[in-house]
Amino acid sequence: MPGAVDIDPAVPAAEHARSRGWSALADTVLLITGMLIVWQVATLIIGHEVLTSPLETARRLSAIMADPDFPAHAWETGRAFGTALIIALAGGLTIGVALGAHRLSGQVAAPILVALYSIPKITLYPVILLLFGLGISAKIAFGVIHGIIPVIIFTMNGVRNINGVYFRAARAMRLSGMQTASNIIVPAALPEIVSGFRIGFSLTLLGTLIGEMFASQRGIGYMLVKAMETNDVATVMALALFLIVLATAASSVLLVIDRRLHQSVIAQSGDSQ
Amino acid sequence: MNTSSVQLCLRGVTRVFPAVEQQKPLHALGPLDLDLRRGEFFSVVGPSGCGKSTLLDLVAGLARPTAGTITFEGRPVAGEVPDGIGVVFQEDASFPWLSVYDNAAFALRRAGMAEKDIRERVDPTLAAVGLQSFAGAYPAQLSGGMRQRLCIARTLVTRPRLLLLDEPFGALDQQTRLLMGDELLDLWRLTDATVFLITHSLDEAALLSDRIGVMSARPGVFIDLVDTAWPRERDSRIVSDPAFGRVTGRLWEMLRGQSLKALAGG
Repeated sequence: MPGAVDIDPAVPAAEHARSRGWSALADTVLLITGMLIVWQVATLIIGHEVLTSPLETARRLSAIMADPDFPAHAWETGRAFGTALIIALAGGLTIGVALGAHRLSGQVAAPILVALYSIPKITLYPVILLLFGLGISAKIAFGVIHGIIPVIIFTMNGVRNINGVYFRAARAMRLSGMQTASNIIVPAALPEIVSGFRIGFSLTLLGTLIGEMFASQRGIGYMLVKAMETNDVATVMALALFLIVLATAASSVLLVIDRRLHQSVIAQSGDSQ
Repeated sequence: MNTSSVQLCLRGVTRVFPAVEQQKPLHALGPLDLDLRRGEFFSVVGPSGCGKSTLLDLVAGLARPTAGTITFEGRPVAGEVPDGIGVVFQEDASFPWLSVYDNAAFALRRAGMAEKDIRERVDPTLAAVGLQSFAGAYPAQLSGGMRQRLCIARTLVTRPRLLLLDEPFGALDQQTRLLMGDELLDLWRLTDATVFLITHSLDEAALLSDRIGVMSARPGVFIDLVDTAWPRERDSRIVSDPAFGRVTGRLWEMLRGQSLKALAGG
């Protein structure tokens, strides 16, 4: 019966995707240009003592980046953020899979997690400082508590919504618990997991930077607070721009992966019969 | 019956679902006795809710009987799927994140088989189910019938000696079902496996089977075992044979009252 087949024509789909890619790029360029114009106009209205212009900010940023102290600060933030991110993603994935696979634990944990997710975590920072002391550990811990919860929640929901027949198939193929987790649960829940990673990424960065803004002697968060104390608006703006560009770039990459994964799942479920 | 030819043996198999909240315990199945001969094509038909799928879960080792024993090739089946039994489910269980080839190779890879040996098994199996030219495609690109054939291929590569099929063509249209039935008969002859098919279609059971077990309304027990006496070489053209009409007639005669009872009982 190989003749009785309807397979999507590959070439037009690829062309369609390419033209969509170009239009998305054009949209992005248009959006950035628009934002720069709004920024420039705002500077003219508010005054550059409060809001430096895009050009001034870019100049200031290149001066900061050329400063010999900058790499050490960036490395400090990068190290703290990187470590926090690895812990948040790996920990969130493990806990999320476990809670999603065990129904009762998931039901108990879900409201607790949602409550934890919604509290302002800055209130816990004094406790974190007492626990971890001044230094990189406290920043990492603060980044982790921001980032891990969305990863857990998304992973848990992703695992809960996995089609039950996959688990039956796993048992029929005599897979061990670990094999089921890595070969069935994670790939089946991957679209949700990536959504969780995307939000976890942003919140881990936020947590790490907030951690650096208080009780820290190094890092971009520390530079930011120092500039705020001396009312150095150009530096504040330049550092904010630096962080926004980095975070947006990383988030966009994850968003593209996220959309692709979700689309492939929709294609599958929408095509049954 | 020669005992050495008995592959699967059920004795007094009963399944009672325990009481949930205020509801009474549900006696779903049994007590059931059955001897499945090595290499035969056996189908189970019965009214909706009579416990056909429960029976398949018990035989597969996916669930434990409340009472009674199940032995496969002389060893008891309890709580896990024994080596040598393959299961194909009613729902599409193909993994959307893997290509057709990787889906088919899945169980062999998990078992740690060498890639070369995997290819030697997967290629001819995909060819047998007509999916060879789609080895690189993903399930989302296939029709429902093709995905179900992929699930059958994924099970066949493990070379099961007993193949359990839970209404695998339930979601397909009548013409596709007839053709899939022919393919299944080809695969059955090719592999020499025993087939245990759960179906709600009397035609499908009559067309494919050597023997048909007719189940009563809940709690399901066998009320008749019908021998079709078809030759091993057969295909869907049997439907025009007067004997086919007699077999389906007998099945319906047994089932009509039971189906009415199931319908009345909700």
